[in-house]
Amino acid sequence: MDQKSVRTEVKNSVLWIRLNRPDVLNAFNEQMGTDLHEALKDGEKNPKARAIVLTGEGRAFSVGEDLNTSRGMYESGKPILLGEVLRSKYNPIVARIRRMDKPVLAAINGVTAGAGLGLALACDLRAASEKATFHEAFIKVGLAPDSGTSFWLTRILGLAKAMEVVMLGEPIDATVALHLGLVNWVFPEGKFEGEVEKIAERLASGPTKAIALSKRALNRAIVVDLDSALEYETYLQEIAGKSKDHVEGLKAFFEKRQPKFTGE
Amino acid sequence: MNYVTIIVSKEEAIGVITLNRPEALNAMNTKMVNELTDALSTFEKDDLVRCVVIAGNESAFSAGADIKEMAEMSAVDMAKTGHFFPLWDAVGRYPKPVVGALSGFVLGGGLELAMSCDVLVASETTRLGQPEINIGVIPGGGGTQRLTRAVGKYKAMEMILIGRMIGADEAKTLGLVSRVVPKEAFLSEAKKVATEIASKSPLAIKFAKQAINKAFQVGLADGLDFERELFYLLFASQDKDEGMRAFQEKRKPEFKGR
Repeated sequence: MDQKSVRTEVKNSVLWIRLNRPDVLNAFNEQMGTDLHEALKDGEKNPKARAIVLTGEGRAFSVGEDLNTSRGMYESGKPILLGEVLRSKYNPIVARIRRMDKPVLAAINGVTAGAGLGLALACDLRAASEKATFHEAFIKVGLAPDSGTSFWLTRILGLAKAMEVVMLGEPIDATVALHLGLVNWVFPEGKFEGEVEKIAERLASGPTKAIALSKRALNRAIVVDLDSALEYETYLQEIAGKSKDHVEGLKAFFEKRQPKFTGE
Repeated sequence: MNYVTIIVSKEEAIGVITLNRPEALNAMNTKMVNELTDALSTFEKDDLVRCVVIAGNESAFSAGADIKEMAEMSAVDMAKTGHFFPLWDAVGRYPKPVVGALSGFVLGGGLELAMSCDVLVASETTRLGQPEINIGVIPGGGGTQRLTRAVGKYKAMEMILIGRMIGADEAKTLGLVSRVVPKEAFLSEAKKVATEIASKSPLAIKFAKQAINKAFQVGLADGLDFERELFYLLFASQDKDEGMRAFQEKRKPEFKGR
């Protein structure tokens, strides 16, 4: 029925974005890249969405670039301009997820490889189904890491482990991924969607302004020196200090009750 | 004068001019330029105003000249009206310090207006560029001259020949903007900078601005002469006496602009 390459739905203030090309393990063709970017853009603007979940239909999260679309090119021996693909398709998506003032949770339901892994790593938090596997597979087809994976893997795994993962390209299962810090949670398959929903709804009902500022602080902290980070934190805290959620949080604390955050 | 395209307010010693055509990303049309020129001249004459802030909104400082309006104009129209040149002339010679509060798009004439300010504070979402080349013209409000003086020949060439936008951090690295702050803070930070400037001796500030701008017009020897004369002249001011006395008495000086 639903032929769209990306399906979206807002439920309890959470925008669910589902990559929907299950027949090809949610590999990215041109259309799905555009659709995902549009869905993210809309989600960023939609005041009803206070948190975003990114997941895949079927048994994969996403296996990255759809190699079938360029198969003819490869077979004809024409030069392939991968730089153009990255600049126009993946890089803007990664940049948008990092920049947007809403928390983005990757719900990694299954196989994730290549730029699919890049997409998962660009998200703020990652929950994996126990069936999920992770493939930094570029090396297996004679390529170098892209879509941000070199950036995130060095920061999450440390340089030495990242080298191993990138140079050997061995698959990583969910348990190991959890151990390495590649994902924040692993859930049994039957409970996966329910648990993801709980986390997402917790984010969506939280002080989303403060969550957004926290995201910006952490984004910045991984790329600057201490003095800059301190200065940037100061600006953000000044902004957070003026938010209604901060006042509500403090009131609730003194009145010994649960706070009601609105994201303002 | 009642303004339509800008909002003007005074906050203690600071005059704030906010570009206000949000529906057009603050694109500058003739009306806005006339109003800006008028507001600047009003603040210039107002002794209580010691520093001016020019700001846009969060999504755009200004996306540049109103292309719809410009598309209709002939060379003769341009020459007759001077287009925006009365404005560029006014800001280029403006005696009081001007702080630019940037966020979002700062393009074309918007960047030229920004570059005629003296200190730039930018939100991290700021995108700056001179994209005129993409519509078959070149910057006409000082872009080729001021950008080159600000960032050097090769970066200016890249930005103007390709029309590529740069982000706030890159602009800071290039020395074009002084501070990069979260988008919620760009205006308050600019006002903070302006307040600080406004607390100094207005005479010394005026001379300092003149002397720095002179550096772009004359050779070093003449520039040094110019600086020295202004420096000597300040020794005739009450503000100099007050500043040096306050320093020795370990208190904050109160400058009067005399």
